[in-house]
Amino acid sequence: MDKQRLWLNVGVAATLAVVYFAVDWLIKTGIITPFQQLNLYLIGINIILAVSLNLIVGFTGQLALGHAGFMAVGAYISAVLTTKIGIPFLPATLAGALAAALMGIIIGLPTLRLRGDYLAIATLGFGEIVRGILINIEYVGGAAGLIGIKQYCTWPWLFFWTLITVLFIKNFINSTHGRACIAIREDEIAAEAMGINTTKYKVLAFSIGAFFAGIAGAIYAHYFFLIQPNTFSILKSFDALLLVVFGGLGSLTGSIIAAVFVTLITALLQDLAQLRMVIYAVLLIIIMIFRPQGLLGTKEVTFEVLCKKMGGTTWHCSK
Amino acid sequence: MALLEVKQLSKTFGGLEALKNFELSLEKKELVGLIGPNGAGKTTVFNLLTGVYKPTSGTFYLEGKCLLGLKPHQITSCGIARTFQNIRLFGDLSVFDNVRVANHWYSSYPVANAVLRLPSYFKYERRMSQRAYELLEIFNLLDKKDELAKNLPYGEQRRLEIARALAAKPKVLLLDEPAAGMNPLETKELMNLISWIREEFNLTILLIEHDMSLVMGICERIIVLDHGEIIAQGTPEEIKRNPRVIGAYLGEEAV
Repeated sequence: MDKQRLWLNVGVAATLAVVYFAVDWLIKTGIITPFQQLNLYLIGINIILAVSLNLIVGFTGQLALGHAGFMAVGAYISAVLTTKIGIPFLPATLAGALAAALMGIIIGLPTLRLRGDYLAIATLGFGEIVRGILINIEYVGGAAGLIGIKQYCTWPWLFFWTLITVLFIKNFINSTHGRACIAIREDEIAAEAMGINTTKYKVLAFSIGAFFAGIAGAIYAHYFFLIQPNTFSILKSFDALLLVVFGGLGSLTGSIIAAVFVTLITALLQDLAQLRMVIYAVLLIIIMIFRPQGLLGTKEVTFEVLCKKMGGTTWHCSK
Repeated sequence: MALLEVKQLSKTFGGLEALKNFELSLEKKELVGLIGPNGAGKTTVFNLLTGVYKPTSGTFYLEGKCLLGLKPHQITSCGIARTFQNIRLFGDLSVFDNVRVANHWYSSYPVANAVLRLPSYFKYERRMSQRAYELLEIFNLLDKKDELAKNLPYGEQRRLEIARALAAKPKVLLLDEPAAGMNPLETKELMNLISWIREEFNLTILLIEHDMSLVMGICERIIVLDHGEIIAQGTPEEIKRNPRVIGAYLGEEAV
């Protein structure tokens, strides 16, 4: 069994390596146009945002609407560190993400006592406070935003961070800690009665989610040169939440598929200008009517599931 | 010294005295029943003992250690586990995972080991699975281990809840109406199961139950609550003949 798992892992790693080098080659030879490249980055950022928010909303069951706030913290801290102080990209990204995680703990401790809509309002307020503060800090450009950020984030970084985010959260979920989080979502009183420190796990999930939102912010800042407080408005939080709900609350692969799909749809509808939002909205309504649990619900698309679906009973597919 | 010692425990909700000066002393391996009409304060006792409510006054000790003011999860790790009157399983988790969750507090490993998939992760996960297997085997739920808990029939959900509580390694097990909604045959099986796990796991059990055949059949001692007060306690035979108990259940005889 362990041997089969090993081969599966080798297979997954090989596939990822092929994807990585293929895209790398396509970028270097210029086959991918700048517009396509931009969407590639948006896909990566959206995957990170959706997967990290899914940990909070989908797995731990805490409806938080402040993801853009954490993203802003990561973006601004990392950008200030690279542009004003001259620290390399990697430590700056980590510093930004850690600051966001710390913010997650500070915000999480008082607000995670609240449930459902109250938590949503409190975190929503947090996001707006971050934006409000950033507008009023001259040092980071105020409302006009921070300009002149170097485009440090290249394809390898994007690929690396997206992969790390998904792996980290996948491994976290498939452990006793992840089960503790899901138990909290299912029934907080029962989880507590079974010996789970619910406060600890809610804050932990919240700060891990905030950490990766900070990473997404740092990537965003170092690809788009320019960050403005209004980029991280409440709409950004809703965008992330939308991806999570769209893909299925409690499904990582659902979040990834939703992030790719929604980003591509937005890109394809670019030419339709105003009509784009209408089509987008109609699409959402249709999905919510016919699949209220999201594309995948709580299910995951894994290689094992795929093998079974294909009707293959070959030995390496059996669990 | 008694294993669980409850002293003068009281709880008021606003003007309502849900529990007044509740006293209890459980010896090791005792099986005690807590009965009383609806609204007598039985579940309040459980909620106080597991830290869900803070008592208005009074205190309680487990093995001489005061548990007053601890959070529910801390009380669980001291050795009190419970089931719920209205089943509270983790519906969208599998039967297997429901039991594994309760292993969490004593066989956890650092988050970093999980994320990096270090050898200790596999070791501890295997240990947790092993224990869950054993419990599901005992409760005859092993063939349903991959089903979602919410899809189990009612009787099996009740059994799974007890299995899950046992996975938390309790010294004292509190069962809140374990036979509610079961047919007589299931109740009989449950009685055997409760007696058996008490021997097997060295448990002290306090149970709330309305099914008198179960209470009278397996409890060594019964405490009767009415309007938050203990109105009688003793062996099943004594309780059956106690006029106050009969009065509380059936109404006083008209004089």
